[in-house]
Amino acid sequence: MQAIINILQAGVASGTVLLFASLGEIIAERSGVMNLGVEGMMLIGAMSAYSVAVKTGSPWLGVLVAILAAGLISQIHAYITITLHADQVVSGLALTFLGAGISLVLGEGLSKAGTVSLLASFSVPLLSQIPFLGPIFFKDQNVMVYIGYLFIPLAWYFINRTRPGMHLRAVGEYPAAADALGINVFRLRYFYVFVGGLLAGLAGATISLAVSPGWFSELTTGGQGWIAVGLVIFAQWNPVRAAVGSYTFGALRRLILDIQGPTLLLGFPNPFYYNPYWGFFLQMIPYAFTIIVLVIGSREAMRKRLGAPAALGTPYVRGERGL
Amino acid sequence: MSENSSVQPSLQKRRFPFRLYFEPRLEEPPRWYPVAVSLGAILFALIIGGILIKLAGGDPIRSYIHIAEASFGSVGVLSDTIVKATPILLTSLACSIAFRMRLWNIGAEGQFIMGAFGASAIVLTPVLPANTPAWIFIPVMILAGMLAGALWGLIPGLLKAFFNVNEIISSLMMNYIAIAWVNFWVFAVWTEGGFQMTRQFPKNAWLPRLLDYAKAIPLFRGLTTHLGLVLGIVAAVILWFIIYRSRWGYEIRLIGDNPRAAQYAGINITRNVVLVMMLSGALAGLGGMSEVTGVVHRLQTSPVAAGYGFTGIIVAWLAKLNPLVAILVSILFGALILAGREIQPSGVPKMIQGVILVCLIASDFLLRYRIRVVRTGEES
Amino acid sequence: METNHSNQMDLSLVEKDSLFIEMHGIVKRFPGVLANDHVDFDLRRGEIHALLGENGAGKSTLMDVLAGLYQPESGTIKVKDTVVNFSSPRDAIRAGIGMVHQHFMLVPSQTVTENILLGLDRPRFRLNLKDYDQEIADLGERFGLKVDPRAKIWQLSVGEQQRVEILKMLYRGTDILIMDEPTAVLAPQEIEDLFKTLRAMVAEGKSIVFISHKLQEVMAISDRVTVLRKGRVTAAGLSTRLTTRQELARQMVGRDVVFFLEKKPAKPGEVVLDIKEVSAENDKGLHALNGVSLNVRAGEIVGLAGVAGNGQRELAQVITGLRKCTAGKLFLHGQSITNRSALFGILRGIAHVPEDRTLVGTSPNLSVTDNIIMKKYRQSPIARSGMLNMPVATKFANQLRGDYDIVVPNVETPVRLLSGGNLQRVILAREISGQPSLLVAVQPTRGLDVGAIEGVHRLLLAQRDAGAATLLISEELEELLSLSDRVFVVYEGRIMGEVQIGGSEPSSGLIETVGLMMTGTPLEQIRQGEAERHV
Repeated sequence: MQAIINILQAGVASGTVLLFASLGEIIAERSGVMNLGVEGMMLIGAMSAYSVAVKTGSPWLGVLVAILAAGLISQIHAYITITLHADQVVSGLALTFLGAGISLVLGEGLSKAGTVSLLASFSVPLLSQIPFLGPIFFKDQNVMVYIGYLFIPLAWYFINRTRPGMHLRAVGEYPAAADALGINVFRLRYFYVFVGGLLAGLAGATISLAVSPGWFSELTTGGQGWIAVGLVIFAQWNPVRAAVGSYTFGALRRLILDIQGPTLLLGFPNPFYYNPYWGFFLQMIPYAFTIIVLVIGSREAMRKRLGAPAALGTPYVRGERGL
Repeated sequence: MSENSSVQPSLQKRRFPFRLYFEPRLEEPPRWYPVAVSLGAILFALIIGGILIKLAGGDPIRSYIHIAEASFGSVGVLSDTIVKATPILLTSLACSIAFRMRLWNIGAEGQFIMGAFGASAIVLTPVLPANTPAWIFIPVMILAGMLAGALWGLIPGLLKAFFNVNEIISSLMMNYIAIAWVNFWVFAVWTEGGFQMTRQFPKNAWLPRLLDYAKAIPLFRGLTTHLGLVLGIVAAVILWFIIYRSRWGYEIRLIGDNPRAAQYAGINITRNVVLVMMLSGALAGLGGMSEVTGVVHRLQTSPVAAGYGFTGIIVAWLAKLNPLVAILVSILFGALILAGREIQPSGVPKMIQGVILVCLIASDFLLRYRIRVVRTGEES
Repeated sequence: METNHSNQMDLSLVEKDSLFIEMHGIVKRFPGVLANDHVDFDLRRGEIHALLGENGAGKSTLMDVLAGLYQPESGTIKVKDTVVNFSSPRDAIRAGIGMVHQHFMLVPSQTVTENILLGLDRPRFRLNLKDYDQEIADLGERFGLKVDPRAKIWQLSVGEQQRVEILKMLYRGTDILIMDEPTAVLAPQEIEDLFKTLRAMVAEGKSIVFISHKLQEVMAISDRVTVLRKGRVTAAGLSTRLTTRQELARQMVGRDVVFFLEKKPAKPGEVVLDIKEVSAENDKGLHALNGVSLNVRAGEIVGLAGVAGNGQRELAQVITGLRKCTAGKLFLHGQSITNRSALFGILRGIAHVPEDRTLVGTSPNLSVTDNIIMKKYRQSPIARSGMLNMPVATKFANQLRGDYDIVVPNVETPVRLLSGGNLQRVILAREISGQPSLLVAVQPTRGLDVGAIEGVHRLLLAQRDAGAATLLISEELEELLSLSDRVFVVYEGRIMGEVQIGGSEPSSGLIETVGLMMTGTPLEQIRQGEAERHV
């Protein structure tokens, strides 16, 4: 039982990274812009957070710089796709390469940089005593995790129950309608891509300063940016579903690690332990799982005839009517 | 009632003496224009790259000169450049054909790796005994490599065709799975004395290299350019004919440009998605086979999972998805990677690739739109 | 009732008949085109002023300028004697000018209320839609525009969506409503309802600009009319009481218009297309076709009339193999084509001129040649053991270019650079040149100017005289009635009846009968009603 709690607890912690990244991408995609550069922005976030934390000793300053750096980089993608009408898929890929490359170059030598103070962890007094759920969600979790909890209802409420949220949805579904009524489609899209970048940076900072502290060049994110993009589809662009998916994924990763330990879940000796090479197959699981999750999400979209925001992926060009 | 009848442009907040209009082009620009724009973009990218190198504490001028020397300075290094260009050529061909149909195959890396695996399996399992003559070994390995790559492309293809699963993510995930798969075989099954590599392939399972003929042609001494180059060029030519002169190529281009029109024309999109992903995978797999039998001569993860699949994406885009142009461009990138190995900081080649791609994409804009500079006050 | 009355003019101070709007010397350019060439236009309070012209004359552009979507290169706009400068639609709306576009600007997945509230400053932050639902329902009642505020747009019919668009503007307190081709998507009876609504608005002191290319409607509803041709005003502010259709037509086109083409009597041959009890669903999974039966014979044009969205699109798709039917059978020359693929139909001589020439009918970045061989590339002489014979293809394209008057520098030009009329000629050339057994033409003249329309009509009639079978699906009733030999009318996926067309010019009785069928009255019922009246 304790083992299950441990796995879920670690799952929530590691899932917070995916949560931030996918929430950010949901917001950007809701406005109609697909940003596949999440992986690159996360790397920039992770690197700058760690680098600033090392140099200044303040993890919070690191977080601040991380989110701003990633947000800044996202604007390159925004400019290329929104103003220059380039293809969003290729631009996002380019952003990934760019982000990965820049973070590699500027993060040179960072892994040997020395000690760094990380973001704090703590328990919430009363809540952590709730049986079963308490220890999972509220005990010894990093401050980022708690911030994550707050973002979920915030994001949902903003998108669905506020006026700016309604404008966001309109811009992503039928930008011409919004434009005709005086909403500045371009400005809103730039802004929400920026928000997506901020959150991706936050996700990166969460990795390097909380969940898996350190800088390991490209291995730092290990493809989580891409998993987040897949989760957005699974989540059907809904923040709550994204949260469920993120935490589940986090738990999965912890489970995979645990499975390779000496004892299995309920105290039985672990058959995997004596054959360490099975570890390679276990490594495949998160990625295979992402594919499965994508299949589920896509089939559901096909079935319900719902799916992506209708204007996702198409640059908005005003007034392409004839005379 | 105002006398001045000109309407002030709305967004003009600052008093610039002129204003920029973006208007869509009405005609095709002259033939040389796209080339000029691409070259301009690369130049711009190199400048930006230089600035970033400076920021990271390196010396940009010295870095670039070093790249030029280390890749084209002599016959020897030219040969090395071509060796590096060969796998890139094949992965870029793989990406080109897929991108033509707007199938974003990001899994060329994984398909490349699996191609290497497939070819190695022939030697290491072994499927063919070690003394099999080369003229049997090589074609079988080619087949195995292409088949393995095709299989790896088939999976995202099927998922896309039948479930509309985003092929970018699925093919990317397959990359990670491929790496884990090969690691398993290298570390657990075929490992040679506990090292992180398999045993070396027998000589008749090596792709012939120029230096094999050094006795007859002394110029070839020490040149490691191998048959893979020929495979790549042949593949490029065949692909050119397929894309521009065949019925299938027409269908692919039509699907890529307007899938609804393709449907209307009676083309089976589902079947083509699957076939094109398989072809794309097969080409990348061929690249993997060529690398492992032409250069590494054993199955080892890091030389095989070296990012060729990703570089192929950039090369394909730079070559505007034209197989013949890809030959030239992959040589350029081969140079970048070869010489870039020694540049400090080490992430520089990757970063420059990213900057080049960004600039390229941005420059496409100039091909579709014209910029008109209008002096304000002129309009009245 | 709360509305955005902030900058609204105080109507009591404005004399009736005084000028509400004055546009003077408007010049608007687009790349390669001078859309408005020093145009003047004015609008009085309490009038309906029509803007008449053919497709491409510049009427929509002029109003887009007035509505704040575009900024003119030069010219002035005055609202109630004050020079204004609209930098966005918001400014225009604030000045009381609102536009109902031809292609609705509605977010399909959101509700009526959400769409109406879009872009407004209220509600402040929290989205309390229920508070606004009642208000909007009341506004609808007042002007005869009934609609359910909580319905989502995609659930509404086209006529209902138009009501939402009008309500959107009324809610913002606009006094000047610009309607861009509003009747294109309405049945004759719905058009009457719309006219009632417009007259109600005018009675309250509002003014309407009515953009149209349909002469009878303009004569029926408007007080004055201004005619545009090729970007210039050819007749300004004519009173409709003092002019005739002929005069307006001449101003529109610059020459005497032939209203109806000479049509030889039909010589129908064997049945080519036979459709029996076909049912099908649309993209949303709802029933689009419900047991439709009709047939088309060789040497005749069969028309399918109906308001947009009653199953025409789905029927064309079922016939051409682009959509599966859930029941029923289809036969081509007696051979079953039920639920066979598009390729099956193409190889057996079914030609299809699709509704949407850019989205479906052509491939924008491919050359004219590539587009022209789209149906023939599998057969020789263009295809040769899997490869394409490009010289032959190019020769073919050049030949068609001459035969069908396609204006293009050369056949390698990407098709996205072609004008609408030329694009349609490419499609027609491609479909007709193959001597098809059956031609399915959907909205073949949409968006074309009168000259091009005439050309298309001639081609269709020539096909018919040469013995081809044509199914003509169109929303232009005049076109249908003048070209077809027989007309079926579809309503909500069912055939309401079939009428024979005699000579060239349709009688008003025929138009009325067809109009009634278009709004859901089956033919037997109409005949019964007539019989009863004659007793």
